[in-house]
Amino acid sequence: MTRGAELTADLVIVGGGIHGCSAAMFAAQRGLDVIVVEKDTVARHSSGVNAGGVRRLGRHFAEVPISQKSMEIWYDLPDMVEDDCGFQVAPQIKVAENEEELETLAARARTLRGMGFEHEVILDHKEIREHLPAVADHVVGGLGSLTDGFAQPYQTTFAISRRAKRDGARIFEGQTVTSVRRDGADWIVETAETRYRAPKVLNCAGAWAGKLAGSLGEHAPVEAVAPMMLVTARLPHFCDAVVGATGRPLSFKQMPNGTVVIGGGRKGRADTSDDLSEMLFPELRLTAETAMDLFPIMRGATIVRSWSGVEGRMPDDIPVIGMSGRHEGLYHAFGFSMHGFQMGPGVGSLMAELIATGATQAPIAPFSITRFA
Amino acid sequence: MTMMDRNTPHVCDLAVIGAGPAGMAAAVTASKAGLSVVVLDEGEAPGGQIYRDIERTTPRRSAVLGEDYVAGGALAKALREADLTYLPRSTVWNISTERLIDFSRDGGSSQLQATYILVATGAVERPCPIPGWTKTGVTTVGALQILLKSAGIVEESAVLAGSGPLLWLVAKQMVDAGAPPVAVVETTPAGRMQAALPHLFGALKGHRYLTKGLKLLRAVKAAGVPVYSAATDLEVTGETAATGLRFTSKGKQHLVSANHIALHQGVVPNQQVTRMLRCEHRWDASQSCFRPVTDARGLTSFENVYTAGDGAGIMGAVSAALQGRLAALDIATKLGKSAPERADRLEAALARDGAVRPFLEALYAPAPAFVLPADGVTVCRCEEITAGAIREAVDLGAPGPNQVKSFLRTGMGPCQGRVCGLVVASIINERRKTQMDETGYFRIRPPLKPLQLSELANFKPLEKLEP
Repeated sequence: MTRGAELTADLVIVGGGIHGCSAAMFAAQRGLDVIVVEKDTVARHSSGVNAGGVRRLGRHFAEVPISQKSMEIWYDLPDMVEDDCGFQVAPQIKVAENEEELETLAARARTLRGMGFEHEVILDHKEIREHLPAVADHVVGGLGSLTDGFAQPYQTTFAISRRAKRDGARIFEGQTVTSVRRDGADWIVETAETRYRAPKVLNCAGAWAGKLAGSLGEHAPVEAVAPMMLVTARLPHFCDAVVGATGRPLSFKQMPNGTVVIGGGRKGRADTSDDLSEMLFPELRLTAETAMDLFPIMRGATIVRSWSGVEGRMPDDIPVIGMSGRHEGLYHAFGFSMHGFQMGPGVGSLMAELIATGATQAPIAPFSITRFA
Repeated sequence: MTMMDRNTPHVCDLAVIGAGPAGMAAAVTASKAGLSVVVLDEGEAPGGQIYRDIERTTPRRSAVLGEDYVAGGALAKALREADLTYLPRSTVWNISTERLIDFSRDGGSSQLQATYILVATGAVERPCPIPGWTKTGVTTVGALQILLKSAGIVEESAVLAGSGPLLWLVAKQMVDAGAPPVAVVETTPAGRMQAALPHLFGALKGHRYLTKGLKLLRAVKAAGVPVYSAATDLEVTGETAATGLRFTSKGKQHLVSANHIALHQGVVPNQQVTRMLRCEHRWDASQSCFRPVTDARGLTSFENVYTAGDGAGIMGAVSAALQGRLAALDIATKLGKSAPERADRLEAALARDGAVRPFLEALYAPAPAFVLPADGVTVCRCEEITAGAIREAVDLGAPGPNQVKSFLRTGMGPCQGRVCGLVVASIINERRKTQMDETGYFRIRPPLKPLQLSELANFKPLEKLEP
């Protein structure tokens, strides 16, 4: 495409991750003419390289209604995008290693019930072993959300992007947005290759979204982080659930092919200037220890691979979702702080609703960017 | 668990990864120049693949393996006698951007901080994806030779199939060991000799290699080993275990029965370490492989990281040792030491030794069928992914090896793409009609080799070093 070309649309989305692609798909299905501009390739960063947990369990209370809505979409997502996404419904379980931890989990379940949500249930000593027969003897119980699941993150995001294209969205990869500015009632989104014009812009730029918001005078302190994941060689089937711990960071799941993915929030080195991340193995010693403590079978496991990716984290660990506090026609959905994958379809759907109709019933007030103003 | 003993340094001027010809020669030269040197090598003893078990060879094994193998003994001896720390059985599994090396030894992992690193990790065999190559009994010619070197074992009744100098060398060694191959099936396409001829004059400077090559060929034929040339459409027969090799040669279909089939399409640089460090790599069209970009002394695009030997581009053992010494001299000079030998002589020797390469590369470039297998052929053995599945992923819009990896898991298995990487990249490149430099390669992530989870839990990183 020659420089100077200008493409117009109803909505330009900056960022081709799961949030950008989901919003593009739902907005296109509402009849909007949508363009997605992605500086690398679709799902290049955290959307393609997260642990793939489709988890409602343990979410910040403010996120629960949106996460719940998103879960309903997840069950239909494979049909919607015509790809199985590697999605499987499975229990998500947080184990308690002592009575005190179990009481913390029980208190959470009570609070949720008070809010009208029944999906998180306490599992006693016997029940947790029905779900996790290989769990260590000292585990006293846990908290489960039994119809959560997991999916293949790249496969899912790639499938959503293809569905969005079939619905009419145009996705431009390998184009870095250099500026976003006003031109009358429109926004001009510039890249080195092309100029995009639309009355509405949605910022789904992940770890890079704070810079974009800042250029338009909105403060959003996004920290780039690089969560680390380990993958083992195949083990005999021993675990169907996705497992977390209560007193120490861990996320743990055995994939259908027998490999075990171990993560849990320990962070490597993230660099948004060159978009790269680096594994810091000393940080993972405790992760390895926790995995072996909770599942003795892991003492014989071998790590064959690791990965990490660059992700945007907010200081209060909840995302920015909603309208700009300063500009008409500007919207944000970013900073999912290492737990945005499950929220992708739900947030994409509500952002499309908000952008197309001007309002949404979803309780997004806690996520306003104005909380950092 | 044995950790490094108290006398083992945690800091050194130069860490050499690999104790093949390049690594051994570099370590000895650097040590002579007064550098503190640590050699980390996976092997039980020095030698690398080419000189594997050179210190324990018997007269009979030496006679079979030949003088080029025996020549490695001097390097190994020099390494043993040099003032340096040699750590065999050490597997490097990660290197940080600060050149902090994580390595595993005798069941425990520790760290070494190096000012300079020489990556001398050599070559790997090029993958040979043909129908049936995943069946039991199919191996590589290189693997057969390792058995011969380390255990003196010769595989009885094996077919050797493929292309390249190693094919003939191993065939001759098997003849000398009294277990000649059932057949040699050469896949070098007809017409390659004409393509290589323009390089012959230059190659004459390296006539020793040419003479050796011709001798090998003649000896194998003289021993009565059936030789089929310009073979195409190779296919391993059998249900789950190999029963034979079917192929076409000179317009006729053949089926050679054998339970062992050894494939070979030459060797390519082992890119794992230099890729993990994100060194710049470029496609070498003559060698049909990626190689790290270096200066004349082997310095990569990564600060203070050098590479020498076949890992820098396939040049063979003699050139590897010369490159190792040149890299060591450069590092010594940068550290303010005086050079223990003259670089210009090494450079002249290197030019002489490399003269034969363009000829060999033109003659033995892999036939297209091995680089771009048919749709039904398995490419990624770990995850059992076919060439057709890779082409489909490209057609869906996956733009490169890393997206195909995320989508299909090619390169996610225990081999980390070491086996399939070049073929995956080549298929994508062909499908997208781009250039290999644009297509690129898998991002390589640590651990470079499988690591016990329990070993990670007990990992002893260095305390923060004083600035």
